[in-house]
Amino acid sequence: MDAKVVIAKRVALEMKDGQLVNLGIGLPTAVPNYLPANMEVYFQSENGIIGLAAAPDAAMTDPSLTDAGGGYVGAIPGAASIDSTVSFGLIRGGHLDVTVLGGLEVDEAGQLANWVVPGKMVPGMGGAMDLVTGAKRVIVSMVHSAKGKSKILKKCTLPLTSVRRVDLIVTELAVIEPTPEGLVLREVAPGVTVEEVIAATEAKLIIPKDVPVMAIGTDEAPVAKAAQA
Amino acid sequence: MIDKAISCLNAVEMIPDGAVLMIGGFMGVGTPNRIIDELVRQGRKNLTVISNDTARPGVGIGKLIDANAISKLIVTHIGTNPITGKKMIAGEIEVDLCPQGTLAERIRAGGYGLGGVLTPTGLGTTVADGKRVIEVDGKQFLLETPLRADFSLIAAHRSDYRGNLEYSLTARNFNQVMAMASKVVIVEPEHIVPVGVIPPDMVATPFVCVNHIIARCN
Repeated sequence: MDAKVVIAKRVALEMKDGQLVNLGIGLPTAVPNYLPANMEVYFQSENGIIGLAAAPDAAMTDPSLTDAGGGYVGAIPGAASIDSTVSFGLIRGGHLDVTVLGGLEVDEAGQLANWVVPGKMVPGMGGAMDLVTGAKRVIVSMVHSAKGKSKILKKCTLPLTSVRRVDLIVTELAVIEPTPEGLVLREVAPGVTVEEVIAATEAKLIIPKDVPVMAIGTDEAPVAKAAQA
Repeated sequence: MIDKAISCLNAVEMIPDGAVLMIGGFMGVGTPNRIIDELVRQGRKNLTVISNDTARPGVGIGKLIDANAISKLIVTHIGTNPITGKKMIAGEIEVDLCPQGTLAERIRAGGYGLGGVLTPTGLGTTVADGKRVIEVDGKQFLLETPLRADFSLIAAHRSDYRGNLEYSLTARNFNQVMAMASKVVIVEPEHIVPVGVIPPDMVATPFVCVNHIIARCN
C-alpha cells in the first residue's frame, strides 16, 4: 500500500459517528475516502461550512462553495454556512471533536511544529494554531521522515504551532501516542517491525509488551465499521 | 431613502494612497473583485491590507500584490501566493502573521467596541512575543488587541438598496465581521434587489453598517 493510503486508512479508523471533524490541507484530505459507507461524520471547513462533501460534477459547482484551499466542493443536505467568527468559535470553544493536521516536526513532549521554516518557507499558520489549541482531539498525520531525516524528534527545532500535547501521530510506519511519560508506540504498519520504527525515529519511543499491527487490511478498500470495535 | 449606490470608479477615488483596508475573502472566494481591479487601475500604492490571505498570483488580493499596491499585510497565511513571500523576503512588504481565529476576533473587537480579546491560541509560541498574558480563573490567555481600518471592502451575495446584506456559503467568511470594523464600508454585491426582498431574518449585515453599494455598472 502507498504510504499516503496507509496513513489515510489508519486515521479514518479514529473517526466516530456524529463527530465534527476538521481536516487540514494535504495528507488529511484523503481521509474521507476511507470512511465506512455507513458512518456519518460532519466535516467542517474553517472558511465557513459544516457538512463539507466531495466536489460535485463540474456542471454543479458553486463558485461560493469552496474548501480552505479555495477548491470547489460539495455540501451534504442540511449543511450550515457560518462566518469566520463562528467557525473559529467552534474550533476554540470545544465544539470540534477532531482535527487532523499535517506536520513538519513532532517531539517527545508531543508538541507540533507545522507552520513555518524560518528563512525558507513562511506559509503562515492560517487556522492551525487555533485548531491545535482548541480541538478536543488532535491527530497529526504525516510521513515518518523527510529527506531521510526523522520528523519525530527529541525536541522540535522549528517554531511550535501550540504548546498543547497532540493526541495521536499516524505515519506510514506507526501509530504513536504522546503521553505525559513520552511517546508510546501503539501500532506498526503491516509488514513493518518495531525495530524498523525505532531505527527510523529520532525521539525515544516507549515500547509496550504488545504492539499490534494497524487494522487497515491489505488492500485500498475502506475498513468495514465492525472491524473498529 | 439615502441613495448609497456608487460607481466603482467613484468608490475607489475615495480611497487614498496609504489607506488601511480590510478586504473580505478566503483564497479569492468572497472577495470584491471589481473594487480590486479598480484599485489596480487607479494605481493605488502603499496600502495596508487586513485580510485572511493573499490568494494566488492574479487572483483576488493577489492582484494588489502583483501591482505593488501593498506595503503592509496583516494576514493569516501567504503560502498560496509565492509572490507575497518573495516581496516579504525582499523587504518590500511587511507581513504580520496572525492566527486565523485571532484575526477574526481582533476584527470583531474593533467593530464591537471591545478593548481586545483573550485567547489561548498562540500561548507559548512566537505569536505571544511582546504580548500580555492574562490569567482568568486559573487559565492563561493572550491579550490580542482590536483591529480597525479606514475602509472595509466587502463582497455580498445580495444587497437591497438600503444596504441590507445577505451572503452565500463560504463567500461569507470575513465579510460579515469586517462590515462592522471600518470608518467607511463599501459593499460589492452580486445582485442588488428592491428593499423588502431580503426578509429581516435573512439580513446578516444590517444596512446601518453599509455606507456605499457598488452599482451594477460604472
